[in-house]
Amino acid sequence: MAHDPGRGTDFKSVLPSVPAIEARGISKRFPGVQALADVHLQAYPGETLAVVGENGAGKSTLMKILGGVQPPDAGEIRVQDQPVAIHSVKDAERYGIVVIHQELNLAEHLDVAGNIFLGREPTRGGILRLVDPIIHERAAAIARRLGLDVSTRTMVERLSVGHQQLVEIARALSLSSRVLILDEPTSSLTERESARLFDVLRELKKQGLCIIYISHRLKEVEEIADRVSVLRDGRNAGELAGAAIHHDAIVRLMVGRELRQFFTRHAPERPVRETPILEASNVRWSAQQQEGVSFQLLSGEIVGMAGLMGAGRSELAETIFGVRTLRTGEIRVSGRRLKLKSPAQAIAAGILLVPEDRRVQGLVLSNSVQHNISLASLNTVSRMGLVQPRRECELAQRMVDQLRVRTPSLQQLVGLLSGGNQQKVVLAKWLCRTPTVLILDEPTRGIDVGAKAEIYSLIDQLARSGMAIWMISSDLEEILGMSDRVLVMHEGRLAGEVARSELSEEAIMRLATGGAL
Amino acid sequence: MKKLLGITLFLLVVYGALMVSHENAASFDTHFLLGQRIGLYGILSLAAGLLIVTGGIDLSMGSLVCLCSTVFGLLVVRYQVSIALAFLAMILLGGVVGLANGLLVTKLRLQPFMVTLCGLFIFRSIARWMTGEAKIDELAQNLGPLPDFFEGAIAGMPVYLWVLLLLIVVGTIFLHFSVFGRYFVAIGSNERAARYSGIATDFYRIFAFVLCSVLTALYSFLALMNSPSVAPSTTGQNDELGAIAAAVLGGCTLRGGEGTIYGMIAGTAIIQILRMMNTFWGIPSAVEGIMIGTILLLGIIVDELLRQRERSRSVL
Ligand SMILES: Nc1ncnc2c1ncn2[C@@H]1O[C@H](COP(=O)(O)OP(=O)(O)OP(=O)(O)O)[C@@H](O)[C@H]1O
Ligand SMILES: [Mg+2]
Repeated sequence: MAHDPGRGTDFKSVLPSVPAIEARGISKRFPGVQALADVHLQAYPGETLAVVGENGAGKSTLMKILGGVQPPDAGEIRVQDQPVAIHSVKDAERYGIVVIHQELNLAEHLDVAGNIFLGREPTRGGILRLVDPIIHERAAAIARRLGLDVSTRTMVERLSVGHQQLVEIARALSLSSRVLILDEPTSSLTERESARLFDVLRELKKQGLCIIYISHRLKEVEEIADRVSVLRDGRNAGELAGAAIHHDAIVRLMVGRELRQFFTRHAPERPVRETPILEASNVRWSAQQQEGVSFQLLSGEIVGMAGLMGAGRSELAETIFGVRTLRTGEIRVSGRRLKLKSPAQAIAAGILLVPEDRRVQGLVLSNSVQHNISLASLNTVSRMGLVQPRRECELAQRMVDQLRVRTPSLQQLVGLLSGGNQQKVVLAKWLCRTPTVLILDEPTRGIDVGAKAEIYSLIDQLARSGMAIWMISSDLEEILGMSDRVLVMHEGRLAGEVARSELSEEAIMRLATGGAL
Repeated sequence: MKKLLGITLFLLVVYGALMVSHENAASFDTHFLLGQRIGLYGILSLAAGLLIVTGGIDLSMGSLVCLCSTVFGLLVVRYQVSIALAFLAMILLGGVVGLANGLLVTKLRLQPFMVTLCGLFIFRSIARWMTGEAKIDELAQNLGPLPDFFEGAIAGMPVYLWVLLLLIVVGTIFLHFSVFGRYFVAIGSNERAARYSGIATDFYRIFAFVLCSVLTALYSFLALMNSPSVAPSTTGQNDELGAIAAAVLGGCTLRGGEGTIYGMIAGTAIIQILRMMNTFWGIPSAVEGIMIGTILLLGIIVDELLRQRERSRSVL
């Protein structure tokens, strides 16, 4: 540990003086947005540099430039103090720069091992170039290190988003690199996998790797970063190091002002009405489940749902939303039994789901922001089957303003927005409706602190207006801050319930890992 | 937008080439004939294009044209059924075929390509079997004044073109201004997201198949007015390929989610102008395939290059 600078020491004197990677004066413009303007960044071997900033601040763009995915308009990249030209991902890899991008880039129809070694398959059989089965052993070794506990022969398309994210990380780790860039790697990981990842990252750091880490979970940044570089509106907004790395300080640099209130749950003064809006009894969606899931949602309450990856939280939500077929059990809304064949019936009954995977389930990436927001509410902005462009535009503009979506115009293709802004569009699409039950599956995935606070206050308002809100989240802080009570799932069943007065991280984790209260 | 501009430019170039290709090219007769052909084949392109927007495809269109024509011919000639009834039967047949295709694709999750490939074999075979391979030639005497009407003009414009114009207006409103069109595009681009949005995706996909087959039946009727005879082994042969080619040339992608009514019609016009140029230049019809194939290939290459240039500037 002698060379580990540790927090609070003046580590600059301990670190090698030559940055592993340096960006000088990088600028990048897209039609209608200056994504980066004269940005500088230095990262040293053996350190973890966190890059933070609001949604659309330019973090991913900078990493894409370092990773050879996009060329900069101006500026210089230096590796080991030498200027280098990076025109492609291959170039970047040659200089030892490996990037895990914010949006997953996996081959859906290949298995886990195939994805980890894609393009670098160990082969045998000479000219036949047969894929060596050893690939599975090697993949399994990396997977174990990250706690990815699925067979390496599973098709990636059948994995949950969290597992897919781990596959992506495993792929990056299997490449030998000097600079490892992780763009929001934990956005759909639960506490346990994140902790595993951090262990691995610490180990890599000790081996002298330079790690650049992007996240909106500031608690993680506090935990793992030696230095924090903040971007605001595509410019450098400041740096923090060592003991100065503190939630409030980061936020001040990010947003440019103090952020007073973060979680705004005003627990209802009078007890919520006791007639349940949603009753699920003995719900099963898979043959492997020993017992069904039963629970109730009351009007006006926010129910958090925690659990480890693969505990079945999203599956349960999808079953109640009519995406998966109900094997046994029944679902009632305001006492009436639902016959679910597809989401259309659930929506008609007043249940809405903000899905987990925005790019697959939430958005039509090749359509505009406006069309995406209005897609599920076209009936409210059309007359006799014809869409009224003015009303559609008003609706979209109202939601864009309310959620502060950063987009050059309503006509911008949603796929071109930054990750967090895409997530805001998914929320906008559903929050402009007024359901009786709102299911949020990882609602703030990739959303910055400022916008999060706003979304929390919006959720709080919705609950106070009588909506029942069911919030699935892997972000424990969020669960603790917003829930009136928390349901915890473990391996496809409900492991228990924690009331607000007894809420604590330990209580939730104990249930989530299969223990008793 | 850029795409539409490109198609228009291409259309103008081809049209210019036609005009200088022959001294008779600029005549009223040429334009009239061209108008008739575009009017007729445009219907098929709309049929194919609307389906392609939802991510579907129908390879059986040509065979369905054959089957529809045969059924119509037999009803009128052999069974002396009134033309109106025979027409209705034909449209109904189209609707049933579309419904069957749609149900197979949505409920059994079969691939549109496969389902309609089977249709391609089956429908023509039924037609040949029903007629015992015989042509139906006596249709002309039974149609009365209808063929003359459809061959003629209203206000100087071919009747076929009027029909197409009507379909264009309705189609444009449908695809570009109505909720249905929005759903078609959303389903074609990302069916999962559409389903999660509460859209009855199966219904709309089936609807698209029915629409395609009904329009195909309508085309069969109009084509019979143009040449009132049916030869079960050749009628409608390769019509689906022409229609798909026109739609793709006009900016539809087989991935789904993209396409405009204007593009589909422009694509049809380009192909018909090329065909006409061939006749003017006396190019043997054997070579026609080479020309159309090459133009189509060029079209999709340009389209893909544009797409890649866009992507290099913006990583989706
Ligand atoms: N390919 C593109 N085309 C057009 N605009 C783009 C493109 N990529 C990014 N942008 C814009 O550039 C800005 C910076 O985006 P970037 O993805 O770098 O943000 P970010 O800091 O990673 O945000 P987030 O926290 O939401 O991931 C945004 O306004 C975004 O809309
Ligand atoms: Mg980003």
